[in-house]
Amino acid sequence: MRKRELRLVITFNTTADAMAMEAACKKEEMPGRLIPVPSVISAGCGLAWSTDESFRGDFEVFTERNGLSFSDMVSCVV
Amino acid sequence: MIYLDNAATTRKKPQCVIDAVVQAMTSLGNAGRGVHEASLGAARTVFAARQHLAEFFGAKEANQVVFTMNSTESLNIAIKGLIEPGDHVITTRLEHNSVLRPLYQLEEKGTEISFAGCDEFGNPVYEDFEKLIRSNTKAIVCTHGSNLTGNRVDIEKVAGIAKKNGLLFIVDASQTGGVFPIDVTKTGIDVLCFTGHKSMLGPQGTGGMIVRKGLEIRPLLSGGTGVHTYSKTQPEEMPTRLEAGTLNGHGISGLCAAAEYITKTGMDVIRAKEQKLMWRFFDGVKELDGVRIYGDFRDRNFERCPIVTINIGDYDSSEVSSELFEDYNIATRPGAHCAPLMHEALGTVKQGAVRFSFSYSNTEEEVDAAVSALKKMIEEG
Repeated sequence: MRKRELRLVITFNTTADAMAMEAACKKEEMPGRLIPVPSVISAGCGLAWSTDESFRGDFEVFTERNGLSFSDMVSCVV
Repeated sequence: MIYLDNAATTRKKPQCVIDAVVQAMTSLGNAGRGVHEASLGAARTVFAARQHLAEFFGAKEANQVVFTMNSTESLNIAIKGLIEPGDHVITTRLEHNSVLRPLYQLEEKGTEISFAGCDEFGNPVYEDFEKLIRSNTKAIVCTHGSNLTGNRVDIEKVAGIAKKNGLLFIVDASQTGGVFPIDVTKTGIDVLCFTGHKSMLGPQGTGGMIVRKGLEIRPLLSGGTGVHTYSKTQPEEMPTRLEAGTLNGHGISGLCAAAEYITKTGMDVIRAKEQKLMWRFFDGVKELDGVRIYGDFRDRNFERCPIVTINIGDYDSSEVSSELFEDYNIATRPGAHCAPLMHEALGTVKQGAVRFSFSYSNTEEEVDAAVSALKKMIEEG
């Protein structure tokens, strides 16, 4: 198994919100990728955006500025 | 075959639509059901379609776009999800059964319905909308264009009445989406219902609705969404709130390509050609002996849906349509057109009517062939 590390994980209420995040990140070259929602955050399904924990401040500003909807923004080991 | 039944479905689709569907069917997984490339590819395709259609119809956000399988599903979701027993709804005599039947279902549970009148040309009597408003009126549900006569409804005018009186405005754009510019935000449309396979030039089994931001519609369906598996209820967030089950990713891919094709070609260019074909046909048949044309053709500056519906004397419309196909290979639609109140208003309940409907892919030669066929049939008696 891959080595687990501390990541910033952003979860969404809809797939469309996850896609909007991915599209906006691609446009502005924000780092990260879509992953399945880790069960440590939520038992269930869906997509989450995973990026380096050090980018938390950047993502708080980025999501606000672009009006991106998300459910939660948490740091966790994945 | 000369296909003049485009109001039922446009038969010739742009090659880019066909290519997009084939590409989707050979590559896409299920949108929102995983993070492998096939699933993400589907999710990206669907999202790109949302973005494009939001822009296409003047919505501010992609999340306002809900995908359905056609206008009928969209109208059922909107009508049944917004209107309660005890509410009063105003609609028109131009409506298709996709509006009427959901309303009649609600009527059985205590919803009240009023119909704006209809003039001799098949137009709604606009003054009626305001006159019919009661204290419990919740919404106006109105077509943008009659599928029977092609008459276009002035939805800006109706939207103004709805807004002035605090009513919801639900629009059926089945015959106009893709060929007449519609801006839901500027016009003040709360829910726009459209289909993908008619003037949008997309695949059958696609359609959708544009929902005003913040408007909460009770879901018609609930089920798998790819999110919140352990919740007992359908997610509240749009568009997932109204999209249960696997989306038609293949069809949506084609629909997106179709919308892009319209944008690239120019909606005005497409509409101008269709108007020209319609008027050419109208001018060719208007003086023919025994031909009765339904709808309002008085003002050539007020663009209408590219439809000319006729009858010849007392001939059964089915006979006329059959002969057109069997002897001339011309496809039209006869009989009743799922618009019972419009047929009643026009006096065509028994006879039905023969509908000729034109698309961007038709030619002047095809129109002329249809006119010649009718002339010959009339001469033969």
